[in-house]
Amino acid sequence: MTDDDAIPGPDMSPPDIDDRAIAAHVPRLRRYATALVGNRPDADDLVQDCVEKALANRHALRDPSKLGGWLMTILHNLHISSQRGRRRRGAEVPVEDLADDLALSAPPADRGAVRDFVRAFAQLTDEHRTILLLTGMEGLSYREVAEVLELPIGTVMSRLARAREKLRVLLDGGTQQVVRRIK
Amino acid sequence: MSGISNPVTEAELHAWLDGELPEERLAAVERHLADNPEVAQRFERYRAQRSLLGQSFGPLIDQPLPDRLTPPFTARDHSEKPLPSRGRAVWWGTAIAASLLVFVAGGASGWLMRDRIGMRAEPPTAAFIADAVAAHRVFSVEVRHPVEIGVDEEAHLVNWLSKRLGKNMRCPKVTRGGYQLIGGRLLADSAGPVAMYMYEDAAGRRITLYIRPSPNTSGSAFRFAQDGGVRALYWQDNGLALAVAGEADRDTLSGVAEEVYGALNS
Repeated sequence: MTDDDAIPGPDMSPPDIDDRAIAAHVPRLRRYATALVGNRPDADDLVQDCVEKALANRHALRDPSKLGGWLMTILHNLHISSQRGRRRRGAEVPVEDLADDLALSAPPADRGAVRDFVRAFAQLTDEHRTILLLTGMEGLSYREVAEVLELPIGTVMSRLARAREKLRVLLDGGTQQVVRRIK
Repeated sequence: MSGISNPVTEAELHAWLDGELPEERLAAVERHLADNPEVAQRFERYRAQRSLLGQSFGPLIDQPLPDRLTPPFTARDHSEKPLPSRGRAVWWGTAIAASLLVFVAGGASGWLMRDRIGMRAEPPTAAFIADAVAAHRVFSVEVRHPVEIGVDEEAHLVNWLSKRLGKNMRCPKVTRGGYQLIGGRLLADSAGPVAMYMYEDAAGRRITLYIRPSPNTSGSAFRFAQDGGVRALYWQDNGLALAVAGEADRDTLSGVAEEVYGALNS
């Protein structure tokens, strides 16, 4: 192994948070950010901001094994504040490039479905995209999602239910099942 | 206590889909789904959308990283804000060109292109994960012949796989989460021979370890992928690309992956 490699295996939690420890999380952060914002240049900006902020605040993280979730929280908060700015400026970034690109990396028979999915997903709110990605893509448990988003677990569950139903209607059409109370 | 009379909630249905439903409510939820086909259908669509989510965005994890996202990380000089965006546009063009080349050229030549634009180690491809997950799906449900050679002939299994893969193939023992080695088999994928080991717990749940020789690669961190109900952790080490796949939750899989990693490096 060369010095450039991320540390694999059981030693993934180094005693101190350094470049290498953070670098090991970058591919995941970047995938999450790209799916969240719908285009790669903005996603890379977001990940870079996240890495910088994490390094600047590295001493705030007590438990190095929580690095992954901590980075997600930073990225999430940065995204929320950047969205506020974006809404003020009224900027709109098209998702078409990403949809075409992702369709190309899918097997030919699935390309149409992937393109439609990426477009539909982009129509969801940030909140809904976030919750679907953290559970469905990152495989976080409800509890872990609640920690990353700093929300009560009940809110996580009801938001997830609404997000799924919204996306179902976008993909399949039909009337939306009203999810008022989930308990 | 009365799991029978408590009505099933929307939250429980989602928890069921996400594998977070307490076991004592499983029967009630499944009965509810059987009695309400329109609800069952809606949750099947949710399951399908989750699998499309993984299929659509999953491959993004294998994208080459731009320099600014690889260590050493340097703080940007925020006074020069306009400049980086031009740099980014140039990088972006290169990345599109490179990814198209990877797409067109495929295989080994595609990896060379990736290397040229600054990849340090070659991460396992999305195709590798897809192969590992597909093999898991095919063989983990096999009742009579899940493995070609059982653990009772471990020495024979190891010799055979080592010979065919041209690498010393140790047979990593796994004990975490109650999983035990039951045997292995030789498979073939587009790159040549592949070894697969299978582990099973007391409940008959199975996890597979998929190993492909991957010369000229050094180590990589664990990465996570999900395709429908199958989750996988994959990494590279000592000239091998490895993937642990199963329907188990992420913690169980990473426990197994860590144990495999440890066994292969002991």
